[in-house]
Amino acid sequence: MIETRQLGKRFYDKKRGEIRAVDGVTFRCEPGRIYGLLGANGAGKTTTLRMLATILEPTEGSATVAGFDVATQAEQVRRNVGFLSTATALYGRLTAEEIVRYFGRLHGMDDATISKREDVIFARLEMNEFRDRRCDKLSTGMKQKVSIARTLIHDPSVMIFDEPTLGLDVMAARTIIGFIRECRDQGKTVVFSTHVMSEVEKLCDTIGIIDKGRLLVEGSLEELRSRYRQTDLEEIFVQVVEP
Amino acid sequence: MSLRNIGIVYRKELMDSLRDRRTLISMVVVPILIMPLLTVGMDVLMSDVIGKAKQQIPKVMVLGGGDSPQIMTELHALKDIEIVPARSDYANEISDKQIRAAVEIPPGFDAAVQSGQQVTIKIDDYEGDLSSGLAADTLRKALRDYRDATVSRRLESRGLPDTLITPFDIKDQNVAPPEKVTGAEIGGIVPYIVILLCLTGAMYPAIDLTAGEKERGTMETILSSPVSRLHLVLGKFLMVLTASLATAALAVTSMGVSFGIGRGMLMSMASGGDSSAMQLTITLKSVLAVFGMVVPLAVLFSAALLAIALHAKSYKEAQSYISPLIPIIIVPAIVSMLPGVELNAHLALIPVLNTSLISKEIITGTYHWKFIGLIFASSCAYAGIALGIAVKLFQREDVLFRT
Repeated sequence: MIETRQLGKRFYDKKRGEIRAVDGVTFRCEPGRIYGLLGANGAGKTTTLRMLATILEPTEGSATVAGFDVATQAEQVRRNVGFLSTATALYGRLTAEEIVRYFGRLHGMDDATISKREDVIFARLEMNEFRDRRCDKLSTGMKQKVSIARTLIHDPSVMIFDEPTLGLDVMAARTIIGFIRECRDQGKTVVFSTHVMSEVEKLCDTIGIIDKGRLLVEGSLEELRSRYRQTDLEEIFVQVVEP
Repeated sequence: MSLRNIGIVYRKELMDSLRDRRTLISMVVVPILIMPLLTVGMDVLMSDVIGKAKQQIPKVMVLGGGDSPQIMTELHALKDIEIVPARSDYANEISDKQIRAAVEIPPGFDAAVQSGQQVTIKIDDYEGDLSSGLAADTLRKALRDYRDATVSRRLESRGLPDTLITPFDIKDQNVAPPEKVTGAEIGGIVPYIVILLCLTGAMYPAIDLTAGEKERGTMETILSSPVSRLHLVLGKFLMVLTASLATAALAVTSMGVSFGIGRGMLMSMASGGDSSAMQLTITLKSVLAVFGMVVPLAVLFSAALLAIALHAKSYKEAQSYISPLIPIIIVPAIVSMLPGVELNAHLALIPVLNTSLISKEIITGTYHWKFIGLIFASSCAYAGIALGIAVKLFQREDVLFRT
């Protein structure tokens, strides 16, 4: 489960002074559910998710992931999280298998356990054909599969996806979307950020619209449609962000 | 502190770096090639150039001397020079390398010598030009022999012995052991090269493991894993240190091979089989001692390079931050090679310069244990501070995610 309470992050910029990238964000996501953070570029989605993945430290509020506090139990949080974004690239000079094994070891797994888990994931993602190939020789779709395998090797209970389909072609994006759905079906807690409305409509059980660091509105797609008397999510988004 | 995690990061970074061509070139190819090139290569090149210059018979002009047949006969009898007709623009001819030297015989030279008057012969050459210098040497030797013969004749005619003007001989005798002679010849350049390679060997891995990771987008990937930032930076640091030490070790090994085997063989070939005259001695003990002194410096370089490169967003930006380090390192290393720069307690605290100076002494076979201890301790302290800064920087979000 993921739970945030008045989560905030302030940065200091020499030119712009203090910036509130995330301001008092509170939400909750249960296992077997997908929570979608919908927002424009610079709305605070990535900063929020980076705090949940303990890559950044919150300056205000608190958050727990899989029962661990992101500020005080960062290592335990990371052991229970799979984090995937278009910014999480792969080591080009390592093979697909080497990367997956590297992350397995960092998660404290022994080689025998990694091998068993790897066989299952590689078969499921149809990766055996290129498991010994260096990542800089792989296609975008193959790289995405390696990234997925890397996030799944330790079988995390929480998955965090930060704009995972950004810049991908249709087929690669479909692989990711299918994978996110599978995670939910396996009972994992999933948080997902995007600015693509159709992805939110397809995937999310709960939608949170975020703008200028603040979570403005939250609810299921049906709840939002009924509250704003609109069927089109894009129209709802515009009404929320520019009332 | 988890040594397991540090080891996992280190092994991965090592494997990754060994597949990087730039790292391999700076870590393996450069140190292996640079020492033979600097020692054997330069020696062979020099002996080739000198040999060719010696084989050439230089053209020389004799100016004047029409009224002095004796000196002219002496000069024309020389087999190592070719006398060409005299011209008034002899200076330009020497500058243009048409002739290599000129000798100016003053009017009435023979008569003056006969009558016991003091006269002067001038030799014109082009200073700094090897062939011109050799031609001038030939003329100088011939004229000195002619002068000595004249003196002998004068003494003989008066019934006086040669010892009248040479009452005693002077003979030089070297008491310095071979390694001291070698050290004096190459003592400055060897530590300089090793220190420089220590830096360049660490440079590319340091950039690749920090700014390179940011640029490729793998920094966020690794930060999302459970490895702590302390373990991550220590694993990366060990890899950069490995590259630095491997570069230095290969340079030292290459140096030993170059001096010990390669140089002897090549010089033997160059000198027609007599290699004993060319033998140079650097003891294994001094090589190991130099390497030992370089270790804390390698730690300092590795940590400092990691800390600097981490500030950059891209490989290119990191290179622009790190490039100014090269002259900063080169200047103290060059200062250590200057004659008269001696190690003292103050200089022993200046990083790079201290290691360079003590290495120079070690190569000459001198072990000042007080300075060795002081330099090792101060270098370790600087290295510790640099590593502490690198570890701190890895905790800072504004450095890791600078936009």
